[in-house]
Amino acid sequence: MSNPQQLRYSKEHEWLSAAEDGVATVGITEFAANALGDVVYAQLPAVGDTVTAGESCGELESTKSVSDLYSPVTGEVVAANQDVVDDPALVNSAPFAGGWLFKVKITDEPGDLMSADEYTAFAG
Amino acid sequence: MTDAPRRTALDALHRALGATMTDFAGWDMPLRYGSERDEHLAVRTRAGLFDLSHMGEITVTGPQAAALLDHALVGNIGGVAVGRARYTMICQEDGGILDDLIVYRLAGEEYMVVANASNAQVVLDALTERAAGFDAAVRDDRDAYALLAIQGPESPGILKSLTDADLDGLKYYAGLPGTVAGVPALIARTGYTGEDGFELFVAPADAEKLWQALTDAGAGAGLVPCGLSCRDTLRLEAGMPLYGHELTTGTTPFDAGLGRVVKFDKEGDFVGRAALAAAAERAASNPPRKLVGLIATGRRVPRAGYPVVSGGEVVGEVTSGAPSPTLGKPIAIAYVDAAHSAPGTNDVSVDIRGSHEPYEVVALPFYKRQR
Repeated sequence: MSNPQQLRYSKEHEWLSAAEDGVATVGITEFAANALGDVVYAQLPAVGDTVTAGESCGELESTKSVSDLYSPVTGEVVAANQDVVDDPALVNSAPFAGGWLFKVKITDEPGDLMSADEYTAFAG
Repeated sequence: MTDAPRRTALDALHRALGATMTDFAGWDMPLRYGSERDEHLAVRTRAGLFDLSHMGEITVTGPQAAALLDHALVGNIGGVAVGRARYTMICQEDGGILDDLIVYRLAGEEYMVVANASNAQVVLDALTERAAGFDAAVRDDRDAYALLAIQGPESPGILKSLTDADLDGLKYYAGLPGTVAGVPALIARTGYTGEDGFELFVAPADAEKLWQALTDAGAGAGLVPCGLSCRDTLRLEAGMPLYGHELTTGTTPFDAGLGRVVKFDKEGDFVGRAALAAAAERAASNPPRKLVGLIATGRRVPRAGYPVVSGGEVVGEVTSGAPSPTLGKPIAIAYVDAAHSAPGTNDVSVDIRGSHEPYEVVALPFYKRQR
């Protein structure tokens, strides 16, 4: 699998797009989606919620397990992907595209976000 | 135990297929090859191929093989005809379930007992101990067999193309020796999916050849390799218990709603008889809890160990739960207080990590195939 070069990545296997007007898109990586298996339920943060880098802000349930969703950055949620709520399988079929999870207006970000190459090495 | 997980005879093949592997009862087994939902639906509508070589085979032979098994197990094993199989259990003296088993009568004086991988040693030890005084031998045959299962409505047609054995004459819960794709096999019409299908016990050295032949023969019919993840959701929909979840040493067959497997009218005494008679009486007159099905109205998935609640009180516990690919909703099996166990009861919730999600009580199974 290949991790898009234009994104940055967290140790919790989230990706973060380049910010436009301070707003970035968040999703989980293909590696994470494969590890989860078929996602059947997504609980996403609501518009207006404040999310904190490295803290749980939702859940992804698959056939065999439930996993916390972490935010890679701190900020305010300005959009959540209703398509994923309606059809959680999008997380598996298009983790870097239609399976995005939420958009956040960044107020702070940690210094340890990884480049695509660094994340590829990290995820192994 | 620090031993590395054991690998089946098909291990290299699973890895070549890109399987996600998982440690299951000390074995490195395929969890899924691609989407577990797709694998599940393939078994319901077409066919799936499983490696179940982790299951524990124990052979019991001798003039008193039947008498030993009637003493050691709760079922009427002497009454099983040659070529037939029986679902049964082995219990402790106090009635607690040590394992659930399928026993195949291969010949007049030869049986094969198939135990869950996690309990195979326990069952082997118990049978060996209970064999004292019987003219019968108990043999560990775990390494003698690989086990492949082909399950789903297309499985009879696929298997027919590879064997001269009389599959039409092979009834559910029957088994006969035969040859499949040139490989000697015990062909059994059993499974754990709620679908028609077969389990094929073969020498480990023949396993790859048989897997390839089944894969090739099934390609046109939509057969796919299937992992243990979909096996679990298939058996859950079919209302079949899993040891360690619905069945434990702390439950009797009667607690699990499976009292029919206990045969009090068979010849001779059997281990657990007195305790099981008391358990039968209790289940009939004053059951503590009953095993029921639960169907969600919402989308959050219950998991084993989650509390079942009603009116602020804990009234039960989930033993297995998963999103049901067939129903499109989360389902669970749970032990609940008898007062909340009637099908149609809709005042119960499952406490899913602090959130009480409404569920309805239904009779098991969730899914029954059309015959």
